[in-house]
Amino acid sequence: MSTPTASFGRDAASSIARSKNEPAWLVAWRENAGELASRLELPKPEKTPIQRWPLDLYGTDRPGAKIDSASQLPEALTKLLPAEAGGALIVQHNSSVVYTHLSDELKAKGVVLASLEEAARSHEELVRKHLMTAYAPDEHKLAALHAALWNGGVFLYVPRGVEIEEPVQALLFADDAEATFVPHVLIVAEANSRVTVVENASTAVGDAALVLNGAVEVFAKAGSQVRYAAVHSLEKGAVDVSYRRAVLEQDARIEWIVGELQDGNILSDTKTILKGNGSTSDAKIITVGTGKQRMSLTTGAVHFGLSTESDMITRAVMKEEGTAVINGVTKIEKGATRANGQQTEKVLMLSPKARGDANPILLIDEDDVKAGHAASVGQVNAEQVHYLMSRGISKTEAERLIIYGFLDPVVSEIPLESVREQLQRILERKLG
Amino acid sequence: MSNLFEIKGLKSEIEGKEILKGFDLTIKAGEVHAIMGPNGTGKSTLASSIMGHPKYEVTDGQVLLNGEDVLEMGVDERALAGLFLAMQYPSEITGVTNADFLRSAINARRGEGNEISLIKFVRQMEAKMKELEMNPEFMHRYLNEGFSGGEKKRNEILQMMLLEPKLVILDEIDSGLDIDALKIVAAGVNAMRSEERSFLIITHYQRLLNYIKPDHVHVMMQGRIVKSGGPELAERLEAEGYEWVKEELGIVDETVGQA
Ligand SMILES: Nc1ncnc2c1ncn2[C@@H]1O[C@H](COP(=O)(O)OP(=O)(O)OP(=O)(O)O)[C@@H](O)[C@H]1O
Ligand SMILES: [Mg+2]
Repeated sequence: MSTPTASFGRDAASSIARSKNEPAWLVAWRENAGELASRLELPKPEKTPIQRWPLDLYGTDRPGAKIDSASQLPEALTKLLPAEAGGALIVQHNSSVVYTHLSDELKAKGVVLASLEEAARSHEELVRKHLMTAYAPDEHKLAALHAALWNGGVFLYVPRGVEIEEPVQALLFADDAEATFVPHVLIVAEANSRVTVVENASTAVGDAALVLNGAVEVFAKAGSQVRYAAVHSLEKGAVDVSYRRAVLEQDARIEWIVGELQDGNILSDTKTILKGNGSTSDAKIITVGTGKQRMSLTTGAVHFGLSTESDMITRAVMKEEGTAVINGVTKIEKGATRANGQQTEKVLMLSPKARGDANPILLIDEDDVKAGHAASVGQVNAEQVHYLMSRGISKTEAERLIIYGFLDPVVSEIPLESVREQLQRILERKLG
Repeated sequence: MSNLFEIKGLKSEIEGKEILKGFDLTIKAGEVHAIMGPNGTGKSTLASSIMGHPKYEVTDGQVLLNGEDVLEMGVDERALAGLFLAMQYPSEITGVTNADFLRSAINARRGEGNEISLIKFVRQMEAKMKELEMNPEFMHRYLNEGFSGGEKKRNEILQMMLLEPKLVILDEIDSGLDIDALKIVAAGVNAMRSEERSFLIITHYQRLLNYIKPDHVHVMMQGRIVKSGGPELAERLEAEGYEWVKEELGIVDETVGQA
């Protein structure tokens, strides 16, 4: 297998950006990222040898065909839309955004929903000020590649004090295995605003190999509240690299609700930087490992502000020969007095060949704080099965209830019913 | 009256220790029996062995419900045959709501294709919860998770009322209940008393038996019944404790399985 180092660098990044007529600032930015990509190392997630994954499949620019109405989307995607049409929606198909809808009412309030490519022109200042400042291009090779190659993408801007009731939906979809599929979601929530985003990433490429090298950055300004739900269901041959970052100002809040339900390998890293005093973060991640899937799932919270609170929960059900390494990293910086960081990693093992590893890490540099972790790897609890069976429920059904129950804290919190139903369908398929 | 429930020579062990050493008891249809006894004398072991808890190994004896040996059945089949055990320590199950759990249990009895409609189920559950003065929110709470001791006990009785078993075993249903809750739970049990249904009530306190009048009271020591009588036996135990029973029978250590 060829190494990414040999095949991608400044020149490649530059020529892609130029071929797409990107603005000059962005071309220069891409060139710098390409340069970084050629010399940085891959990240080294705990106990997961990603250097053997086919991460050098960059694909080529394959823009999807623009559509005029959501009804023209492939059926797999229309199923994900809420019954009541008209909500904010943006769709990336392969290498580009093909559809965007935002109500006139929200537009009038100053809300912006656009592809990131478009926003790089129309909202240059905002984009430049935030883009890849929470997930820096020089973190590692995959970050640099992401910076050099991101395409389509989502830019959501919520002005000060604006509260958006209906979830904003983002569909990220690839059905061309040759396509470069590198979406970047950038959200800027101004002071005291409120928004919920529901993102879906999926593929229809059969068994073909593909890499999703995606990133999400959320900037939640003072007093704002952002809820970000994501369901990823890429197919077996697809590698999913997803870095998610939130930066919270004073009293801001983020909730991450993530279903990692791919059939292929996963490298996901969901981290909140609690910069402002009184900011709070809540992250809930579930996954079901099947086949020979390998996954590295990391949640992180970095506390800088006073009285900041974070809670992180990852729950994994492991079947067949799936392997999961689950990391939780709570870091409390010096000066973050009265911070409270809690984390839980739980793995439910359903097969003797499955593997699950939970690594809770607390890094505390301040005295006056609370921090806690709980990690467990175990099988379905025999006592619980007995209790259910003692009421007449069969063993199979009892186990089913317990396994679904294990995942319910995330499933029940998915904000859109259509997406919750999708999640149920995927779970039923994966749990068999 | 027919023998609804018969326990014959039941022996049971846990982790290689024999706890039940030939337990015999016959309960006729419609009867209420109470078992009292000091801590560690095998009362919960009896209940768990009858229900088929995997930690207990039954090594000898029979447990007949309407003449059928339940020891031959799986745990779920025992429940479907009409056994119900309100446990001393009910399990907590995250993610499974009380409503989903109970609907599954009811549907297991009704069989495939004959599932109860959601509306009908919700009405039934609401009605029973009201009888037990339970907050309706307990319907959607995760099963027993974060319930107080008393709330768990009430929830056990709720299950009994909805599942309508033939033989009900209550293992310390009164522990953790305040006086008002005790009355409510007792009323729930009394409402279920009928010619066809029998109860085996394990308790430490005579107080519960003021509300649920037993037909027979048994004292358990060393893994078997050592004395039986009527309700007056419970009153004497409450007043005088167990010493006189031990003296009468020449028992020094009433517990079982303590090496
Ligand atoms: N899991 C176990 N492992 C080892 N010994 C056990 C276990 N469970 C019960 N025992 C032992 O079996 C004996 C009987 O216990 P059991 O719970 O049946 O008593 P009990 O009469 O219900 O007591 P209590 O009134 O305190 O509820 C005790 O000595 C107890 O320690
Ligand atoms: Mg007991």
